[in-house]
Amino acid sequence: MNLLTLTIKEARRALQSKEFSAVELVRAYIDRIQTHDSKLGAFLTVDESGALSQAKRADAQIAKGITKKLLGIPVACKDLYSTRAVRTTAGAKIIDTYKPPYNATVVDRYLEAGAILMGKTNEDAWGHGSSGENSDYFPTRNPYDTTHVPGGSSSGSAVAVAAGFSLVGTGTDTGSSIRLPASFCNIVGMKPTYGRVPRYGVISMASSFDTIGHMTRTVYDNALVYEVTAGADPRDATTPQVPVPMYTESLGKSLKGLRAGIPKEYFRSNGIDKGVREVTMTAIGKLESLGMRVEEISLPHTEYAMACYYVLVPSEISSNLSRYDGVRFGATRDTFGAEAKRRIMLGTHALSAGYYDAFYHKAAKVRTLIKQDFEKALEKVDVILAPVSPTPPFKLGEKVNDPLAMYLSDIFVCPVNIAGVPALSVPCGFAGILPIGLQIIGKQFGEQLLYQVASAYENETEWYKKPAIL
Amino acid sequence: MTVIMKAKKALTATDVRKIAKLANLVISDSEEKIFTPQLSATLDYVNQLEKADTEHVEATAHVTGLENVFREDVIEPTLSQSEALSNAPQTYNGYIVVKAIFEETE
Repeated sequence: MNLLTLTIKEARRALQSKEFSAVELVRAYIDRIQTHDSKLGAFLTVDESGALSQAKRADAQIAKGITKKLLGIPVACKDLYSTRAVRTTAGAKIIDTYKPPYNATVVDRYLEAGAILMGKTNEDAWGHGSSGENSDYFPTRNPYDTTHVPGGSSSGSAVAVAAGFSLVGTGTDTGSSIRLPASFCNIVGMKPTYGRVPRYGVISMASSFDTIGHMTRTVYDNALVYEVTAGADPRDATTPQVPVPMYTESLGKSLKGLRAGIPKEYFRSNGIDKGVREVTMTAIGKLESLGMRVEEISLPHTEYAMACYYVLVPSEISSNLSRYDGVRFGATRDTFGAEAKRRIMLGTHALSAGYYDAFYHKAAKVRTLIKQDFEKALEKVDVILAPVSPTPPFKLGEKVNDPLAMYLSDIFVCPVNIAGVPALSVPCGFAGILPIGLQIIGKQFGEQLLYQVASAYENETEWYKKPAIL
Repeated sequence: MTVIMKAKKALTATDVRKIAKLANLVISDSEEKIFTPQLSATLDYVNQLEKADTEHVEATAHVTGLENVFREDVIEPTLSQSEALSNAPQTYNGYIVVKAIFEETE
């Protein structure tokens, strides 16, 4: 087995046909993590004994002829996901030794589908960051070039998939945190519709923005995992009773007659890198050749999106992080890292007496305008196409002392969370040796269409077949 | 437009100390020096919101339109006391030990 190119689809077939066992698969991943992860920093905790005992159970079930969607498939969970009795830090030292007494709903769904939890992945502490450098432990490095960032905040999960340490990397996306690392690491990342996957048990960043998604090597793998994780949960009142389609069934359908919109505000922006622009336009051309009709659209309030985001999100952060007081669990508040302190203070200021109307309430109104931009555009077109990031993966340390520059690198992704719509990042080429992702944005609960478009594109281009060489 | 719409352009070190206190954070002198210009730059950036025309626009706090989600009020199995206390830094007879909030008087 070649773990650098293995997909879930292939692994399921090989497990069923006894080509290899789940125990052999897990051992191979653990060996690979032990050999290579000191260079990359993807994992904070590897649960070797837990993974092996789950693998033994999976093998016993396979022997009995039991089939489940993810039976024997390794998954690496972002450290924001509560995992029973397995250390869960959120990438933050304030809860360095915390072992949750319960699983997040989405963790239970993975385990019930037969998946094997390999361990917990590194991230920007609490999800606060776009590079992976805000981890309180150590930065994660891009496997395509270890002097560059892998993208954050779900940095370790993206690298775990790209470097062949796991078949699934779970993430959360509040502004960029699945799509950015997926695009920087040449893998497929789904940022779901708000409420599609339960948040229960996933440590909160900004509760009205947080979405629970995942990264995989291929579009098929991603759609298959989504059939497991999506759906209402009585423990998360923001998950609606919308039926979960069989997402893998939308793959392979023709794109003829579908309409795609290109936001003029994004492509006229000066900050967009030449290489990214070229690769993105080539990808859009490819989709046109597959039968899509491409037209220019407008998202007129784009200029306010980042300001809106950086008022509302820190406000919700300051509220969510107020619970960490070192009384019931964890250490005291002086243990917060610099970025958490900055965001708590920004939010505290935006919500404080005298400033609430100018900041929080004003931004909540601007949120309505941005949401309406997407609704109006998506009445005219079926999907919106855009780059994920205006630049290829940047160098470690490049933006670390300039938080505002780091925030603004998310200009094409944060508006999606403001509107609560879904978006998928699919590999679309390289700038030199550095991966670039194409973002496909759709209507709320319209993820099937995103998978359909991405899979048609992937079939033609197969960028995922260019793995990182370690 | 209300009078308080225009926020101050730059924060002072005193402002930063005051915000830290409101946020229940203790910041060092060196953090104060670093955070003051960084937070000022971000606030300066977000101030452009005041240019957006939001007259007759309702605020959005929730994006999918759900409201009033109810369930039956039934007690289900939950964490045991020992599980709930398993991460507490200090416990005593099944309780969490907290810092004293009153001072003892003579």
